[in-house]
Amino acid sequence: MITGNKPLIRARELTKAFNKVEVLRKIQFDFNVGDRIALIGQNGAGKTTLIRCILGQYIFDGNLEVLGKSPRSNRVDILKEVGFVPQIPPPLKLTVKELLNFFAGLSDTTVDEYVEIAENLGLQVNPALGKPFVALSGGMKQKLLVAFALGKKPAILLMDEPSANLDPAAREIFFDYLGNYNKEALLVLSSHRMAEISGLVNRVVEMDFGKIILDKKVETVNH
Amino acid sequence: MTKEFKSILKLDLFQTLRTKGFWIYSILFGGFVAFLFLSGITETQVIGFVGLGRLMVTFMQVCMVIIPIYVLITVVRSIVGDKENNVMEYMLSMPVSLSNFYWGKFIAKFIVTFIPLFVSLLGAVIWGSIASLDVPWNMFFLYSGLLAAMVFCFLGLGMLISVYARSQDFAVSFAFVIWLILVAFIDLLLMGMMLKFRMNPNWVIGLGMLNPLQVFRVGVLVLFDPKLTVMGPAAYFVLDTVNRGVFIVFSVLYPTLLGFVLAWLGNRRFNHEDVV
Repeated sequence: MITGNKPLIRARELTKAFNKVEVLRKIQFDFNVGDRIALIGQNGAGKTTLIRCILGQYIFDGNLEVLGKSPRSNRVDILKEVGFVPQIPPPLKLTVKELLNFFAGLSDTTVDEYVEIAENLGLQVNPALGKPFVALSGGMKQKLLVAFALGKKPAILLMDEPSANLDPAAREIFFDYLGNYNKEALLVLSSHRMAEISGLVNRVVEMDFGKIILDKKVETVNH
Repeated sequence: MTKEFKSILKLDLFQTLRTKGFWIYSILFGGFVAFLFLSGITETQVIGFVGLGRLMVTFMQVCMVIIPIYVLITVVRSIVGDKENNVMEYMLSMPVSLSNFYWGKFIAKFIVTFIPLFVSLLGAVIWGSIASLDVPWNMFFLYSGLLAAMVFCFLGLGMLISVYARSQDFAVSFAFVIWLILVAFIDLLLMGMMLKFRMNPNWVIGLGMLNPLQVFRVGVLVLFDPKLTVMGPAAYFVLDTVNRGVFIVFSVLYPTLLGFVLAWLGNRRFNHEDVV
């Protein structure tokens, strides 16, 4: 569902306030096809709020279009094309098998395809199938969440500190995956560790106190 | 039923089946029926209640005390709890409409709350049949309907509170206060109001009939003689003046409709506010 030369995500005067405190302050940007963006900034800069607006989880002022549509009123269409990895894995009581079936049921990707990606990331899926997701180690959870996000083959990948719980080997494989991922997709990586993801991105967007204070193209080091 | 709705329904069912709370709840009610049989309650007769009917009335009275507060305390934490522990952020990154998410959770919670009660009641009927007791089928069907209506009603209320609440603690406290008010407005307080303020009985009874707990209570006794003193003034007044058939329909339809309206309001709010 990539829409020609139009930006995949476009924000104009995007503002989000909680109890009259503005967390996003009239921000504007175009995130385009092929952009691999490092979304950086200190805690409280507004990165997670921005991601949640894109996911259609917040009501906001101003204009935000994802794939040319409003993320709130067209959330189903949009989210079919969005893969998301949260910063904190949710404490789901479902087993890995149940989760795999759930994701396969909501996408065109089969359970086997999700399993293959998870195994490529170093997760031994079979022994974990019957375990509740919440009982897995931090690294195992993260590998599975990454597999679910990548397995959808989305046009937009939103990742909030995706490698935080990965061991060095899994991190290397993960970055390899991202490096080779569909060049037409939009990748937004929120991270505190710019050095770690610098090789993956071609654009850096820095936020501070709800504003974009830096938005520049950078040279990509191919993996 | 859409694919998304079914996915959320299944997901919530599986999640609940993994909780200890669900099994404790199921065993508690099933065990209570078994306990009543073992205690010989079906062989005794107290003010008109006898046999399996007596057991069922006792079961329903216990349900009236426990189910509303159980449903409220478990359900009010669902939406706000998912928000607090980041489950909502992740689950709502899936291509599922907010309404399907909300109603999928609602129906799943209805199933896991109602089925154990229904199975307990059905178990009583099966056990009673094996023990050659007369099975009061009219009570069984009425009580099944009343239980479903009461669960639906408090589920709707619980979901509404959960959508509005900003924290689980607030949601639980608020639900507890609501429950206390509803308990207070069954016969005892209503009778006190009538005496103290010399209010028109029609007004007081009308107020009582807005209370789903009172409707449930009267509904449980609707098949019995209205002159039984255990009924209380409101139940006596209603059953003495209203056609029983009409009241039976009312006692099932009103809480169901009330639950649906409350749940619908919750869904409306859920669709128009921040969801994480």
